Amino acid sequence: MKILRRLRGANNEGVLLAVIIVVIVLMAFASPAFFTPGTFFSLARSSLVPLVFALGVLLVMISGGIDVSFPAIAIFAAYTTVEWSSEASFDPTIVGIFAIAIVIGALWGLLNGVVIARFRLPTLIVTLGTQGIIKGILLTYIGSTYISAAKLPDSVAQTGDAHLLDVPGAGYLHGMLVPVVMIVVVIWWMLKYTTFGRSIFAIGGDAEAARRVGIKVVRTQVILYVLVGALAAFGGVIFVILGKNANPQTLVGTELDIIAAVVLGGASIFGGRGSVFGTVLGVVLVQLINNNLVLVGVPSTWQRAAVGILLIVGVSIQALAAMRSRRQPVLVEEEVSKA
Amino acid sequence: MTSSEPVLQVRNIIKTYGGVRALDGVSLSLVSGEVHCLAGENGSGKSTLIKIISGVERPDSGEIVIDGESHPHTTPSSAIRAGIQVIYQDFSLFPNLTAAENIAMLSELADRRKISSRKRIRAAAEAIVTDLGLRIDLDADVADLSVADRQLIAICRALVGEARVLIMDEPTTALTHSEVQRLFTIVRRLQERGVAVVFVSHKLDEVLAISQHVTVVRNGAVVESGAAVDFTARSIAKAMTGREVSEERLVDDLAPDQNPLLVVEGLGREGAFSDASFSLASGEILGITGLLGSGRSEIAEALFGVAPADTGTVVINGREARIRSIADAVKAGIGYVPEDRLTQGLFLEKSIADNMVASSLDKYRSRALVLDRRRIARSMADLFARLRIKAPNVQAPVRSLSGGNAQRVVIAKWLDRKPSVLMLNGPTVGVDIGSKEEIFAILREQAAEGMGIIVISDDIPELVTSCHRVLIVRAGRIVAEIARDEIDVDTIQMRMTA
Repeated sequence: MKILRRLRGANNEGVLLAVIIVVIVLMAFASPAFFTPGTFFSLARSSLVPLVFALGVLLVMISGGIDVSFPAIAIFAAYTTVEWSSEASFDPTIVGIFAIAIVIGALWGLLNGVVIARFRLPTLIVTLGTQGIIKGILLTYIGSTYISAAKLPDSVAQTGDAHLLDVPGAGYLHGMLVPVVMIVVVIWWMLKYTTFGRSIFAIGGDAEAARRVGIKVVRTQVILYVLVGALAAFGGVIFVILGKNANPQTLVGTELDIIAAVVLGGASIFGGRGSVFGTVLGVVLVQLINNNLVLVGVPSTWQRAAVGILLIVGVSIQALAAMRSRRQPVLVEEEVSKA
Repeated sequence: MTSSEPVLQVRNIIKTYGGVRALDGVSLSLVSGEVHCLAGENGSGKSTLIKIISGVERPDSGEIVIDGESHPHTTPSSAIRAGIQVIYQDFSLFPNLTAAENIAMLSELADRRKISSRKRIRAAAEAIVTDLGLRIDLDADVADLSVADRQLIAICRALVGEARVLIMDEPTTALTHSEVQRLFTIVRRLQERGVAVVFVSHKLDEVLAISQHVTVVRNGAVVESGAAVDFTARSIAKAMTGREVSEERLVDDLAPDQNPLLVVEGLGREGAFSDASFSLASGEILGITGLLGSGRSEIAEALFGVAPADTGTVVINGREARIRSIADAVKAGIGYVPEDRLTQGLFLEKSIADNMVASSLDKYRSRALVLDRRRIARSMADLFARLRIKAPNVQAPVRSLSGGNAQRVVIAKWLDRKPSVLMLNGPTVGVDIGSKEEIFAILREQAAEGMGIIVISDDIPELVTSCHRVLIVRAGRIVAEIARDEIDVDTIQMRMTA
């Protein structure tokens, strides 16, 4: 019983892992084209950007909020940096591109954080607002034109071709996997082993109690949103690198897929619960479905429905598990009004 | 280690919330090694004062003197660093974190640790738990622990740092008699270590048992303050309410030839209680008491069909009632006010009127299936006045009411249904003395009109004042029935634990 509980994980990560394995096995049976290195390379590649975004969403969700502004921040930061670099004909190297974008993302995060923490406003509404503001400013003042591969700064274009592992005839593993894995490890470590990380959990558990034990709730939240803004920008630059173009009209609208993956990964939309491992699994599962349903003969138009079904099933499993683990009090009132 | 120099003083604290003066020049002085009791009714300003000392709220004016140094206000972290710890009424724990982390987090933050170490946290939590001689599953999430365990975790958390001032806000509300005794042992041990303890409570006998100094607040001002030996339960109650309160029996004995309204014979449920037999006459108030877990609540829940009994018979008004569900119980004419009224008994965001009418909507339905608004309004106005609910009007949301008034709304709901037997479980938990008396006055009135009333409670003085008979439950059995002259606090307490 105890082993079973350990296998299931605190946030049902074990269940998710089992589901992923089942999906992989089913797909392997359904389509011989599935079980090849190429499938896994492209799965890894398509998971990179969503994973970075998902980490940001996870942090906000653990603290008890929901952020929908990250795609806007991501494309704003990446596009602005690339646009400026190509306009000025100055290539700050790939590290410089990341650094500039991250500063821009962090500043937008600061705005989110200050408004949310200082005025205690609902996070969904605030980030819905900033999403609109950021996209508006981007299209009005920075630019609305597509930047093609030829016009990208050389460092960005070259990084787009960086291969970590080449398998002739099967494809390659993209070099951006390295920084993404590093970020995943850093966030995992931060959540588990720093007082800052534990404070995020505490705030998500009970913000008023957090204040009472001496956590500086406003400061923690502001830092959190700055970090999430920086993460979004980081993901945005990777998005541009992988796509080998910069289009200010993209990304916004993908937030629900990311949020779905994080919720599937066991994070609670009420705050206080969630894990990096679960989030990684959630992203992988959603990408697995998105990439490969076609292979097994499901029309691509069904992909959205499939993710939706997964999300509801995932949340239901969690809710059922929670119900079983706690003895539900009998709602006397309900029974009486039925009588 | 007792010294006469106060560790903490507050002087002339004034705090106003939106035009209402919550604290009006309150001063308090805490000496190390002394248990200082802060008594006052709900809304008297006790909680506000605690929040100001702990830095959660800022006073409008006044000063807080810590070790002779004056501050205009404190912040939560500065208060904690100064050794001021508060155990809040709601415990303020993190349900999503483990017991160990809940206990250690405060000191981790106070030490300004950046890196969190499970080993260190675990060791710190274990040290304090062993020190206090407790048994708590440190690896369990707090959400999965019982209320009593949470209470202990809140205490451990407050003590893991070197607390010099420990403020306990209503620490005994959720505890049983023996748990309270254990808490007192801990408090005395802290006192020996030189901690200044502030003990906030409604329960006057507890106050007198543990404290050396008593301060009574009423309407945001200190009305009396002095050595505990100079107070009696009655004088504190009088200071709190501003009027005379008695603990004398307020019910007359019933004539013995009453026809029983309810006869319970050999009632039992596997693993909960067995062979419960008693009767209830029309107009009678029957008390049921016992320690937590003794089965006292389970008997009521069986009668109301929440967890139906598997043996025994129930006869109401001369007819046998088979109670398999709540619906059966309601149909048979039984009403039940549950223990946890805030989550089980009320729609907090809805108005008082909506709440009162919620369980008897059928009664107000006209033939066209439309609710008869006028008739509802009339009976609401009647109940509102009869139960003396203190609210601007019947449209106020229930969340805005104090504990005592919320309880009256729950009772009003049932009175509107006119059950022949009304059971109330812990009707005065979290209710102040004034309201408590009024609630019992309402129950006595209802009894006088012929209703049979069962009160399950561990507040023995209230049973003494208002019950015709008291049943004592121990280990799932009714072990004693006390009536008339025998009903007094000592007898009941002795039979409960013996």
